[in-house]
Amino acid sequence: MAENQTYIIEAAGLRKKFNGHVAVDGISFHLAPGECVGLLGPNGAGKTSTIRMIYGFSPMTSGSLKVFGLEINFWWRQIKARIGVCQQENNLDPDLSVLQNLELFARYFNIARKDARDRALQLLNFIALESRKDDKVTSLSGGMMRRLVLARALINNPELLILDEPTTGLDPQARHQVWERLELLRANGLSVLLTTHYMDEASRLCDRLIIMDHGKILVEGKPADLIRSHAGDHVVEIVNPGQEVKDFVEEHDYLHDVLDHRIIIYGKEADRLFDIIGDRFCVETCIKRLATLEDVFLRLTGRELRE
Amino acid sequence: MTGALQVANISWRFMRVWNRNLVVYRKIWLVNFLVPLFEPLLYLAAFGVGLSALIGKVSHNGTELSYIEFIAPALLAITIMYNAFFENTYASFVRMYYQKTFDAMMATPLSLEDIIAGEIVWGATKSVIAAAIMLAVISFFGLVHFPHGLLILPISFLGGLVFGTVGMVFTGLVPSIDMFNLPIFLFITPMFLFSGTFFPISTLPEWAQTLSLALPLTHLVNLCRSFCLGEMTADLLWSIVYMTVFFILLFPVALMVMRRKLIN
Repeated sequence: MAENQTYIIEAAGLRKKFNGHVAVDGISFHLAPGECVGLLGPNGAGKTSTIRMIYGFSPMTSGSLKVFGLEINFWWRQIKARIGVCQQENNLDPDLSVLQNLELFARYFNIARKDARDRALQLLNFIALESRKDDKVTSLSGGMMRRLVLARALINNPELLILDEPTTGLDPQARHQVWERLELLRANGLSVLLTTHYMDEASRLCDRLIIMDHGKILVEGKPADLIRSHAGDHVVEIVNPGQEVKDFVEEHDYLHDVLDHRIIIYGKEADRLFDIIGDRFCVETCIKRLATLEDVFLRLTGRELRE
Repeated sequence: MTGALQVANISWRFMRVWNRNLVVYRKIWLVNFLVPLFEPLLYLAAFGVGLSALIGKVSHNGTELSYIEFIAPALLAITIMYNAFFENTYASFVRMYYQKTFDAMMATPLSLEDIIAGEIVWGATKSVIAAAIMLAVISFFGLVHFPHGLLILPISFLGGLVFGTVGMVFTGLVPSIDMFNLPIFLFITPMFLFSGTFFPISTLPEWAQTLSLALPLTHLVNLCRSFCLGEMTADLLWSIVYMTVFFILLFPVALMVMRRKLIN
C-alpha cells in the first residue's frame, strides 16, 4: 500500500474494559481500502466489543483508534455518517413498514426526503423485497429481515460496512442470498469488516482473517496461508485409534491432536499422509480430507465449550 | 461522562428521532385522539354531575367556584403529566429494551443524547396535542377563559418536558418494565392527589402545604387553573420558573442514567 493512502481502520493497543472484565486486551490491526477483514473467535473473544468501538457505540478504555484516518473519540459523528452497520440482532423498527424502515433510517443521516425515498426503493430492488415494501417488518421471514438489515446498513452509501454475524440463524438458501449481495458490494470496492462463526463464510468473503480469543489477537493472515501454516494441507482423522498409530505419529513428529475417541493428524502435501497413515492404520472409520479453516480455529482456540 | 457535559452531544438531529415517533403516532392518530377527546367528558360527567352536588362551592383566591370549574383545569394538568410521563416510561422503555430501536439509531450519526432529547421532546409534544384537544372539549362547557386559556399550550410543552424527563430518569433506573409501578406509586400518585387537584392545598396542614409546593404538578395545576379562569398574577411567574429550573436540573440526570444504562 502506498505511503500516502490512509487505512480505513487503524487500531493500536485498543483496549476495552467493563464491569471489571477485560473484553479487548490491547489489539492492533488495520483494514486497507477495499479489503474485507474477518474477525473470528469463540463467544466472548471480544469481537463484538471491538466492532462496537469502531462504530462509535461504546467508548474505548485505552489505545488509539482511527477510522478513515480520523480519531474516533473526537470525530465520532463524522465517522458514523460514513459507516454502515449490520448489528447482530435484527433491530428493525417493528412500528414501521419495510419501506419506512429504510426511509426513516436515511433521515437519521440527514439524507433529504426525496433522496431517501429513491435510495430506499433502489435498495429494496437490490435485496429483492420491492413487493413487500408496504408490509410490516414482523411479517418477513428471517432471511428477508436480514437482507433488510443489510439494505438499511447501505442507506448512506457507506465507505465501510461492518457486519456482526450477518448470517447467523439463516437457512442455507438465505445465507447464499446474503453472500451473493455482499460479493457484489465487495466487487464495487466497498471495505468490509465482519465477524462470524462460520468458517466457510469467512474463507469465502474475506481477504484476510484475524482470529481472536480472550480479547487478544492470536493470528492474522490470508485464509489459505493460515490453513497451510496451522493445519497443513492434508488431514487424516482416525476414529478409535490403536496404540500403534499414536506411537507412529509421535515417532514421526506429525502435527496432531488426540481427542477422546479420535486422533487428527495434520500433514503437508509432501508428507503423503493419506498413503502412509491412511492406508496403514485405518481400522474402523477413517477420514481423509483437506485441511480447513475450522481446523485452524479449533487448534488455536481449543475445543472446550465457551459459555 | 457527567450529564452536564453530555448536553454538548445534542444536535438538531434529535428532531429526526422526534419525527420517527410522529410517523408512528400518525399511523393510529384516531386512537391517539380519542382518549384526550372523550376522557374529559367522562371526568366532567362523574365530577360535574355526580360529585358537584355533594361538594357545592370551592373557594379559590377569594372567589367561589363550582366544583367543575375547580377541577377541570386540574384534569388538564394531569393529562399533560400523564401523556409525557407514560410516553417516556413505558413507551420509551419498549423502544429501548424490547425493540432495540435506540441501538439501531446509535449506528447512525445520532448520539445517545440526541435520541434521549428526541424522546423527551416527543413526550412533551404528546402533552401539547392532548392538552389542545382537551382544551377544545372543555371550552365547549364554558370552562376556559380566552385568550388567556391559549397560554396553556406553551405551558403544556414545559409541563411535558418536566414530566417526560422525570419518566426518562426512571426508565434509566428501573431494571425491568414491571418496576415502573414503584415510581408511579411513590411519585405520580401522591402528586395526582396532593397538588391542589381535587381540593385546594390551603385545606392541608402547613407542613403539607410546603411539601406540596415542591411538587411540579402543583405548579402546573396552578398555571392551568389561573389561565382557564383568566387570572394573571405575579406568582404564576414563580411557577414557570420553578418548572423550568426543575427541568434544567433533571435533564442532565436523565442523560446520565441513560448513558450508564445503554453504553458500556
